[in-house]
Amino acid sequence: MMLNQFLILSAFLFCTGIYGVLARRNGVLVLMSVELMLNAVNINLVAFSAFRASVEGQVFALFVITIAAAEVGIGLAIVLLIYRNSRNSDLDNIDQLKG
Amino acid sequence: MNPVVDYHALAPEIVLTATIVVVLIADLLFPERDRWQTSRIASIGVLGALIPVLTLASGVFTDNHFVARSMFGGAYVVDEYALVLKGFFLVTTYIVLLLSIDEIKEGDYYQGEFWYLLLSSVLGMLIMSSARDLISIFVALELISIPTFVLAGWQKHNSKSNEAAIKYYLIGVISSAVMLYGMSLIYGLSGTTMLRGIFVYLQHAPDLGLILVACFLTLAGFAFKISAVPFHFWAPDTYEGAPTPVTAFLSVASKAGGFVALLTIIFVGLYPQTDGWQPVLWFLAAASMTVGNLTALRQNNIVRMLAYSSIAQGGFILAPLAVAGGSSNHGRDAFQAVVIYLLIYGAMNLGAFAVVIAVARRTRSGAISSYAGLGVTSPALAVIMTIFLFSLAGVPPLAGWFAKFVMFRALLDAGGSWAVALAVIAAVNSVIAFFYYAGVARRIWFDAPAEGATAPRIPAALNLSIGLCVTAVVVVGVYPQLFARLGDVAARSITG
Repeated sequence: MMLNQFLILSAFLFCTGIYGVLARRNGVLVLMSVELMLNAVNINLVAFSAFRASVEGQVFALFVITIAAAEVGIGLAIVLLIYRNSRNSDLDNIDQLKG
Repeated sequence: MNPVVDYHALAPEIVLTATIVVVLIADLLFPERDRWQTSRIASIGVLGALIPVLTLASGVFTDNHFVARSMFGGAYVVDEYALVLKGFFLVTTYIVLLLSIDEIKEGDYYQGEFWYLLLSSVLGMLIMSSARDLISIFVALELISIPTFVLAGWQKHNSKSNEAAIKYYLIGVISSAVMLYGMSLIYGLSGTTMLRGIFVYLQHAPDLGLILVACFLTLAGFAFKISAVPFHFWAPDTYEGAPTPVTAFLSVASKAGGFVALLTIIFVGLYPQTDGWQPVLWFLAAASMTVGNLTALRQNNIVRMLAYSSIAQGGFILAPLAVAGGSSNHGRDAFQAVVIYLLIYGAMNLGAFAVVIAVARRTRSGAISSYAGLGVTSPALAVIMTIFLFSLAGVPPLAGWFAKFVMFRALLDAGGSWAVALAVIAAVNSVIAFFYYAGVARRIWFDAPAEGATAPRIPAALNLSIGLCVTAVVVVGVYPQLFARLGDVAARSITG
């Protein structure tokens, strides 16, 4: 089995996610970029799991998927809260605390 | 094949889970004015969970034949190290409960859910103490973090609290993703998620650059959780914006959770690959101490000052780890130093936050200038705050002195130019730190109080939490063997 193409795909996805997190200004788009990073991890885990014929990687991936769903749920709730209070989900406007 | 479940070993987690469910249901059933009773259920549950920890630990101090209880193929282990930390987490949670009760009762809060989320996070910490493979460490870390994201944004209509939550959330999620990527590479290289298996693999690993990348990514993820420089940006903002009891919880319990994960993953898993973690931790420790202390010098808000001080203290805690790889003796010393520092840091930092909450009851402000003349208006509180500040600065005979002493001893025993350089950086930083801690003490004792300033009325629960912390700080300072023994016992179980 070829492992490399999966690892390259996952590294590419991970970097896209990091770029999105750093460059995007909208809260929802940042959350989507985080999802990309987590899915890169899943591809890695499943590819290694198949390559090594060990099931642990797939179990790990299932846990990652479940917890990612919980995390994004919380994240959307927080972004929604900010939108309700300020009518804006732009992360650049959140700058009351500094120093 | 059915897995063997040792119910006695799992009893602390089971009691806490039951309490969480009861708190959630009680919140539904109680009428609005009786909601505060849920805090009572939560306190009883936490103390109840402490009982099985004590019965499990009863063999530890009497004989040397304590048998670690291992479950699920070694993924979940209850040994001396796990028990010491479970005890620590439950006691800190009890103190956090005490100092939040009146704050939550009087504020515009959602009471039942507050205790529910707090205890869920603590459940994650209990699991973390016992987790010995990558999957359970990851799940435990998320169980610690996710409820605290919500707790940080507790004051829903306060935009500062919202900001605290979103910053904490984003950094937390991104760091988990980076950490997971590192873990997936470690799994791919070693073919197992069990830390013991990774240890064995790394002992005979080929010389691969990818191993270093994997270690680096994993450690970077943890560095966010323990707010080590340069991954610390969220901490001061989150600490300031979140309700103060939550901040106390984040800065002590949640941070300790990150350190426990780091200790486990390094000593049980990555230990043979010293190139993968020693340089990273050396840099994190040196940077955290220096940046944390220098930034703390110019803060005028007490919570922000304590936030930067806790970043710097995190650097002190990390320092022995950076030189732990030389030999197994150095490893044991470093492990012991980290555990002792964590226990003492917990007592003194929680105490300082308890006093901040008490003072803010009157002043409704976090400005350091509002501490002017506290020595005149409420002398008892002033003496206690001075004790905590001097303990954080490391002045003998208070507990903080002993924490710094074991840290320096571990560094100097390890020897070598890197260890000595780190010890010098730590020594310079201890001096810098003294300035801002003493600066607050100077305001308390030498500045005149503001017009019409009165002593704050402190509720009994808050008094009790301050009393517990100050007792711990003074007693451990005078009789350090108490915590030294705990550190020794914990180190013995992991490093042999």
